[in-house]
Amino acid sequence: MQRIDALPIHIRAVTKTYGAVYALDGVDLEVRSGEFLTLLGPSGSGKTTLLMVLAGFTRPDAGSLKFGDAEVIRMPPHRREVGMVFQNYALFPHLDVAANIGFPLKLRGIDKNDIHARVESALATVQLQGFGDRRIHQLSGGQKQRVALARAIIFEPRILLMDEPLSALDKKLREHMQIELRRLHEQLGMTTVYVTHDQREALTMSDRIAVINHGRLIQLDDPRAIYDHPADPFVANFIGESVLLPVEIIDGKPCYRGRPLQVAAGHARDDKTTPGALLMLRPERLVFMDDARADAAAYNRFDGVVGHAVYQGENFVTYITLDDGHEVAVRSVSRKQSLAAAPPPGSTVTLGLHRDETALIPGHTAAAGNNNNDAETNRGHKP
Amino acid sequence: MTAAAMDINAAALRRDERREKLALFSLCAPASLLVLVIIVAPVGWLFWLSLFNDAGVMSLDNYTRMFESKSYTRIFITTFQVSFLTTALCVLLGYPLAYFLAQLPRRWAALGMLAVLLPFWTSLLVRTYAWLVVLQRKGLVNQWGMELGLWEAPLRLAHNLNGTLIGMAHIMLPFLVLPLYGAMKAIDFDYMKAAANLGANPVSAFRHVFLPLSLPGLFAGIIIVFVLCLGFFVTPAVLGGGKVIMVSMKIETLVDLFFNFGTASALGVVLLGLTLLVLFAAHKLLQLDRVLGGGHGGNP
Ligand SMILES: Nc1ncnc2c1ncn2[C@@H]1O[C@H](COP(=O)(O)OP(=O)(O)OP(=O)(O)O)[C@@H](O)[C@H]1O
Ligand SMILES: [Mg+2]
Repeated sequence: MQRIDALPIHIRAVTKTYGAVYALDGVDLEVRSGEFLTLLGPSGSGKTTLLMVLAGFTRPDAGSLKFGDAEVIRMPPHRREVGMVFQNYALFPHLDVAANIGFPLKLRGIDKNDIHARVESALATVQLQGFGDRRIHQLSGGQKQRVALARAIIFEPRILLMDEPLSALDKKLREHMQIELRRLHEQLGMTTVYVTHDQREALTMSDRIAVINHGRLIQLDDPRAIYDHPADPFVANFIGESVLLPVEIIDGKPCYRGRPLQVAAGHARDDKTTPGALLMLRPERLVFMDDARADAAAYNRFDGVVGHAVYQGENFVTYITLDDGHEVAVRSVSRKQSLAAAPPPGSTVTLGLHRDETALIPGHTAAAGNNNNDAETNRGHKP
Repeated sequence: MTAAAMDINAAALRRDERREKLALFSLCAPASLLVLVIIVAPVGWLFWLSLFNDAGVMSLDNYTRMFESKSYTRIFITTFQVSFLTTALCVLLGYPLAYFLAQLPRRWAALGMLAVLLPFWTSLLVRTYAWLVVLQRKGLVNQWGMELGLWEAPLRLAHNLNGTLIGMAHIMLPFLVLPLYGAMKAIDFDYMKAAANLGANPVSAFRHVFLPLSLPGLFAGIIIVFVLCLGFFVTPAVLGGGKVIMVSMKIETLVDLFFNFGTASALGVVLLGLTLLVLFAAHKLLQLDRVLGGGHGGNP
C-alpha cells in the first residue's frame, strides 16, 4: 500500500458529561500530522469517549475538533473518513475476510477488479495472504485483529483510530502485534491515535503519550519525558513503579530528611511556582551503594533495612524499609554476581540514586494518587 | 511400561462412561415415549386409515382420487396461496414493527412487545369473530369509512380472501415478530458503528449490514408462519365465508359431514408430506444462503 498523506488533529475545549460525570473535561490536544499518539489513562478516564468524539459516534457537549483545517465536530461519522479499529474488531460476521476488507471500497463505488486488487494488497500489508475467502469465525484473535486493521486502512484514511486493539490477545502475540502496528505506521504514515491502559504498550509504541485522568489531559510528552519527568504524582504512579518521598525546600535547595539532594542541572524545579515537591524513586534506578564506585559522590544516599526479596526471572526485587518507614523496591538484573552480592534480609544497607536520575515532581504526598499503596504510608509525612 | 500404564483402570473408565451415557439417555426416555405415543402413533394410524377406500378395501383409491379431481388440486393451491400471501403480509408488517421495537429503549420495547403478544391471551375464536364484527358489510370499518366519505358502497372485507388474509395476518404476526425481534436485538450495535465509520450512510448501513444480519431471524419467522398457515382452520372458516377452502377445512367437512375417514386421512397425509417438503426446501435454501452470504461484500 501507498504512503498516506496525513492530517493533523486539533482538539479544543472538548467537554462531554454523562449526568454529573465529566467523561471529558475541557480537553485541548494537538495531534501532529503523521504522529503515533497514545491516549493512556486508567479505566473510566475518558479515553474511549475522546476516541468516539474523534470518530463521530459521541456528540460532545461543547468544543471544537479540526482535521487539518476543516471543522468536523458536527460531521456525521460516515463522512469523516477516519479509519477505526474497534476493541472487539466489529468484523461483519455475514461477510468473508475479503468482503469485510473490501467493504469501504464497495461503498465508495469502486470497480470490482480494483477492489479485488486492493484487498489483496491490504491482505499482504497485514501479512494475511490467502485468507480472503475465510469466514470471520474461522480466524484466530490475532488474525481478526489484522483483518480489522486492513479494513480500517484500505480506504487510505488520513487518520487512524484504535481503541485497545490488542487487549484481547495474549502477551506474546500482543508484543508481536505492537511491533507490526509500529511498522505499519512507519510504512503508511497516517496520523494515529491509539488508546490503551497498558503503560508498557504506550511507552513501546508511541511518538507521544497523552496521559488522561478524570477526563482531563494531565501530560502530553514523548515516552521518555513522561517516564523520567512525570508532571505530577498521578503520572509518576500510573506509569512505571515509583515511591514518592516528601522533600523539604531549605534555603531554596531540596532536602530529604535534612540532607540536601543533588539534582541534575537543568532539572531543578522552580520553587516559586509550586509549593511542594516529591522525590521519585524508581526501582530500577536505585542501586546498592558501594563506596568503591568511582562516582560515589554523584549519588544521593538513603539508609534502610533489607526486607524480603522476590525473584522474577530476568530480574529480582529487594524491598527495603527506609529509616523514615517508607518501603522502596530495588530492581536488579538477575546475574550470578548480583544475586550473590544481594544483601541478606535484616541487614542495613545504603541505597544510591544518581543525581542525573534524581527527579523532583511538583505536589504533595497526600495527592500522590492511589495507584501505589505507598500513598497510604506516606500520609502524615507532608513536608 | 507405557502399555501397562495405559491399561490401568481403562476398562472401568470405559464402563463408567457407558453407564453415564445410559443415565443421560434414560432422562429423556419419558419424553421420547410421550412423543412416540401422542405423535408418531396417531400419524401412523392416520396413514393406515388413508389406505382404505370407501368400501373398506385396502387400496390407493384415496390418493389417486386426489390427483385426478380438479377440486382437490384447487384446494391445495388455495392453501398455499393463502399461506404465501399471509406470510408476505406478515413480513411487510412485521419487519418494520420488529425493527421499531428493536430500536426502542428496553422499557418501551417491553411495552410494545406486550402489545404484540396481548392477542395471544384471548381465544383465537373470539379474535376471529371480532374481526368479523369489524370487517363485515355493516361492520366498523365500513361504517366509519362511509361516514367519513372515504368510499361509497361497503367494501367486501369479510366472507372472502380479503377477510381471511387480514384475520390470519393478525394472528400470525407475533410468530414472525418474536424470532425477528430476537435476531435484531442480538445484532451488536458496533457493527452499525463500524459500517458508518467505513463510510456507510444510514441507508447503506442498514442494507449491507443490519438487513443481512437480521435475515436468519426473518427466515425462522417466515417458516413458522408459513407452516402454521398451511394447516390453519378457524380463521379461514369464519372469515372466508365458504369461498376460501383450505385443506384443513375440507378434512373437517369430509369427517363431519361424510364420515369419510379414508379420504380425510389421505388429505392429512399429503398435507403433512407437503409441509415437510417445505421445511426441507427452506432448510436447503437457508444453507445455500449462508454460502452465498460471502458474496455480499462485492468481492467474487
Ligand atoms: N454511555 C454512557 N453513559 C454514561 N456514562 C458513560 C457512558 N460512556 C462512558 N461513561 C462514563 O464516562 C467515563 C469515561 O468512560 P470511557 O469509556 O471513556 O473510559 P475509558 O477511559 O475508555 O475506560 P476503559 O479503560 O475502562 O475503557 C466513565 O466514568 C464512564 O462511566
Ligand atoms: Mg475504553
